[in-house]
Amino acid sequence: MRILVVEDDKDVAGFVVRGLREAGHVVEHADNGRDGLFMAASETFDAMVLDRMLPGGIDGLKILETLRGQKNTVPVLILSAMAEVDDRVKGLKAGSDDYLTKPFAFAELLARVEALNRRGKGEGPVTKLVVEDLELDLLSRQVKRSGQKIDLQPREFRLLEYLMRHAGQVVTRTMLLEGVWDYHFDPQTNVIDVHVSRLRQKVDKPFPTGLIHTVRNAGYMLRAEQA
Amino acid sequence: MIDRGLFRSAGFRFGAIYALLLAISATALAVFLWWATAGLLDRQTEAAINADAQGLAERWTDGGLPALVVTIEDRLAQNIDDDAIYLLADSNMKRVAGNLASWPPSVSEAGSWYELPVARAGMKSLANVQCYNLAGGFHLLIGRDVQVRAQLRKMLTDALLWAVVVVFLMATVGALVIRNLFRRTLANVSATATAIAGGDFAQRVRLSGRGDEFDQVAEVINDMLDRIGRLMDGVRQVSNAIAHDLRTPITRARTRLEDAAIHAETPDDLRAAIERATVDLDGIVAVFQALLRIAEIEAGSRRSSFARVDLAPLLAEVADLYGAVAEDRGIMLEFQAPETVPAYGDKAMIQQAIANLVDNAVKFSPEGGVVRLSADVSSMIFVAVGDQGPGIALDEREKATDRFYRGESARSTPGSGLGLSLVLAVARLHGGELRLEDNRPGLRAVLAFPLPEDEENLGLRPKPRQGPAVPGNPV
Repeated sequence: MRILVVEDDKDVAGFVVRGLREAGHVVEHADNGRDGLFMAASETFDAMVLDRMLPGGIDGLKILETLRGQKNTVPVLILSAMAEVDDRVKGLKAGSDDYLTKPFAFAELLARVEALNRRGKGEGPVTKLVVEDLELDLLSRQVKRSGQKIDLQPREFRLLEYLMRHAGQVVTRTMLLEGVWDYHFDPQTNVIDVHVSRLRQKVDKPFPTGLIHTVRNAGYMLRAEQA
Repeated sequence: MIDRGLFRSAGFRFGAIYALLLAISATALAVFLWWATAGLLDRQTEAAINADAQGLAERWTDGGLPALVVTIEDRLAQNIDDDAIYLLADSNMKRVAGNLASWPPSVSEAGSWYELPVARAGMKSLANVQCYNLAGGFHLLIGRDVQVRAQLRKMLTDALLWAVVVVFLMATVGALVIRNLFRRTLANVSATATAIAGGDFAQRVRLSGRGDEFDQVAEVINDMLDRIGRLMDGVRQVSNAIAHDLRTPITRARTRLEDAAIHAETPDDLRAAIERATVDLDGIVAVFQALLRIAEIEAGSRRSSFARVDLAPLLAEVADLYGAVAEDRGIMLEFQAPETVPAYGDKAMIQQAIANLVDNAVKFSPEGGVVRLSADVSSMIFVAVGDQGPGIALDEREKATDRFYRGESARSTPGSGLGLSLVLAVARLHGGELRLEDNRPGLRAVLAFPLPEDEENLGLRPKPRQGPAVPGNPV
């Protein structure tokens, strides 16, 4: 992915840029709003990480609004220290695709940026998700693995759907909470782990290979077993 | 300086306005009185003279000079009040008939009114006269003795002048009284504000108990002060909490890092220590976020996002989310709620509050215990979460919702001590309350929300009509 990082804090920017490059992405960096807007408007990126408070007279929201005003649909993740619910709502209303508050774990940022890429493609409505021998039919709401029907609770179905839509990508616990349960806060108990482990019991346990993998310090990933 | 201060004083201004209004009304009254008394007398005199003139003019036309002379003498003889004045003079101003000795020299122009002193039967007096020119060079003077009326007018004038003085005095005294009243009422508010500015936040504006406009203002001010006080307490609590309670995890993270820097022997040790410290820091951030969220809720700014929300599916979701966790720990999570639980509020916040209660219940329940999440709609909306854990001792319940407070029996369980504070803040924001009861054994936390107001207005309001409802409109 070609990613633009607009962030004025040197340490944070350096950390994010290095991390994204290590993950195999091509990264450009702007350390003020003016340059950021110029680069975003004149070049093509697959995703953009945008700080809200920027020097140079143009803040993150202004950049976002300008881009959206020019029908630029580059997926944007806002990375901001402004953590109130209203700030988040404002950011999403301005046209951002995701909102992550500082301080953040890099794994969370990486997972969310990579998830953006998929969202940006805007493919037509999918009726069936397939990963290796696992099939999920969105219309009949049936799940099969190796042709064998698996019975899932509605919530388990949505959890699996989310994982399969992001197959091959790391999905963090907060992403699952937001995406599947629409919860925007961290429960103290590891509720997500319990639900994923139950899903594994049904989807992975009866079969020789596991599809749902735990990614240490980050979350989960559903992917085909690599040979 | 003093004068400027005086004019700037609202009390003085009100006093001055009172004085001015009083003066204007008094003047208007005096003018009317004058017009209605002295003016009336003058007008009566004029009318009488005009009537006389008309009568005499007729006699002159009918009978000439002899008739006029007879008429004048008749009229003088019949004048009981003895106030009529006539004088008929020839072209040389010589008296022909009448009760004046000679033509007054100042009277010359016909049709004008004159007020002049006259001497009549040896008595000096004052008269109002008018003169007419007749054919043949004769001059006729008709008048009325107004001595008595003039005296009356003078009395009236004096009385009115005195009245002006009295009005002036009354206006001054009234203005002072009003100014003092004003000042005294404001002094109460002003003294309270000054005391508060000086740091004594316990001060409140005194109410007079009359329930008047000033009392209403005082009540509003007191309510405002109460609210500011609560917010300030909240801020103080949070800063105290940050100062004391965050010290522990920060110390732990710091110690880990320093210890690793000094004692780690392999890169793996170092990495492990850094990872543990990161987890500690994440915990601190989570506490900060919880604190900020509580502060955000308590500030009440989120009320703008209130909407009608059905709590039933929301409760079912919480039950679903925690059901799996409970089962994993060998705990039964029972859920019971009516089909719909209509409420008015912020969905995300209520969700978090209920999740916090269930989270607590599952955390403190012993294996094999039962956690019961139930909702009930009667006079209020009650959402209850009961567990069979250690519960909260009676004397601890009050403090259980304080920030960072952790009960005796909770020390060994992980947590920040902020969960119930948040639940309480959410309940209060919705105008509800949080009750902690004994579940025998265990704790029963009851969240009570008020029912949504005006069922008709909120829920059953007819939807605005759309295009198809307009007749003849192509859809």
